[in-house]
Amino acid sequence: MKYNVIDGLKYTQQHEWARKEGDTVVVGLSDYAQDKLGEIVFVELPDVGAEVEAGKSAAVIESVKAVADLYAPVDGKVTEVNEALLDQPEVINQDPYGEGWVFKVEIKDESQLDALMDKPAYEEFIIKEEEEE
Amino acid sequence: MPMGEVKKTPFYDKHLALNGKVIDYNGWLLPVQFPQGLVEEVHDTRNRATIFDVSHMGEVSVEGKEAEAYLQKILTNDISKLKDNAIIYSPVCYPDGGVVDDILVYRINSENYFLVVNAANTDKDYEWFKDNCFGDVRLQNLSSDYAQIALQGPNSEEILQELTDLSLAEMKFYRFQVNVSLAGVNSIVSRTGYTGEDGFEVYCKNAGALALWDAVWEAGWKKELRPAGLGARDVLRLEASLPLYGHELSKDINPLQAGLNRFVALDKAVPFIGQEALQKQKQEGFSRKLFGLEMLERGVPREDYPVKAGEEEIGWISSGSYSPTLDKFIAMAFLDPEVAQQGEEVNVLIRKRTYRAKITKMPFYRRDK
Repeated sequence: MKYNVIDGLKYTQQHEWARKEGDTVVVGLSDYAQDKLGEIVFVELPDVGAEVEAGKSAAVIESVKAVADLYAPVDGKVTEVNEALLDQPEVINQDPYGEGWVFKVEIKDESQLDALMDKPAYEEFIIKEEEEE
Repeated sequence: MPMGEVKKTPFYDKHLALNGKVIDYNGWLLPVQFPQGLVEEVHDTRNRATIFDVSHMGEVSVEGKEAEAYLQKILTNDISKLKDNAIIYSPVCYPDGGVVDDILVYRINSENYFLVVNAANTDKDYEWFKDNCFGDVRLQNLSSDYAQIALQGPNSEEILQELTDLSLAEMKFYRFQVNVSLAGVNSIVSRTGYTGEDGFEVYCKNAGALALWDAVWEAGWKKELRPAGLGARDVLRLEASLPLYGHELSKDINPLQAGLNRFVALDKAVPFIGQEALQKQKQEGFSRKLFGLEMLERGVPREDYPVKAGEEEIGWISSGSYSPTLDKFIAMAFLDPEVAQQGEEVNVLIRKRTYRAKITKMPFYRRDK
């Protein structure tokens, strides 16, 4: 597949990824999503301490041409945001699963992660979406 | 055009072969960007050369003994001094001063003109041209006969020169030649563009289009020619502060508001459609005029975002983007001229937050000559 999908992460239908690290979940944008958006030039981050809700917009990612919401994959309180993205949003394009992480939430209900897609399921999802385009 | 029908240009398969991302743009299937990405396409255009498919643009011929008198009536600009093989830019207005379209007028001779109009406006324009026609004037909508390539960027001349004996170095900006043989394809070559860069726009009949495209590529690859799409074209024209119909001009926005005063001959001896209304409005002043904005904080100004001075809303953004050339966020905005002054700070409302911007002069980018 043309896009990088990492094993061990969970993926949403809106193309966020979620990685569990103890009690927190790290959230970012998938390689597929950053490729579709193109050059990212602006990121609006949630406030630390804010409560985010699964499926609701938690951050905004903007490329030259498009504005995209980044939806929280799970409910929880934001514990940390990647402030480096404010000055260098292009890091999401360069390293979507690493330095390009967007925020971390303290997870409330771990079962919400189970509802998300794993690598094979997400790859299948991308292929379907590409075909529909 | 029937609803839902999408048209392909002769270069459609070329865009797919180049992995262009093709979208429906006003009924035309055209590439919005190529794999190198919009930002690189902008840099390529400013630093080397890019090729754009602009076959969607409309072409109309105006012929006859009264062609000049007719054009003087429908154009806001004055073509009385326009020479053969020269081009002029002009808005076309309604009687109330609102804009039908902004077009290029190519004078082949005093009884033969070639008009280039915006794709989305072609049918509307042609109806308007016909409705206002008089005397010995023959109009022809040639839009579906012609393909058009824009070759833009500093390497353009060198690339195109390989295809013709005509000395392009001698062709000045806004000049053109008809019946130019480009690699054997009969073409109209004009030194024009919509990027703020040096370059050419080349028109040929559909039958020769692919041969012409291939020849330009063959000559271009050594000079690092790359394809570019509609996305880059829009950013390039914004950097150069060139208006786009539907954004800076429309039936509700007149050319004087958009700052196009030098293309509106208000005192033209032959009356033109919209002249009286524009003269009157100029005297009365405008509640909104076009200004340039540069963001002082990182934030992407986009169309329709409100602009505020303190708590007061003083206008809206008509076009805005990240500028790869300047590495800044820039916008054109219609603002209250009573409040807006160059150098002053205003706020752009982006979603729920305001971001600081300053009013700045246009164009944002001007090439070194």
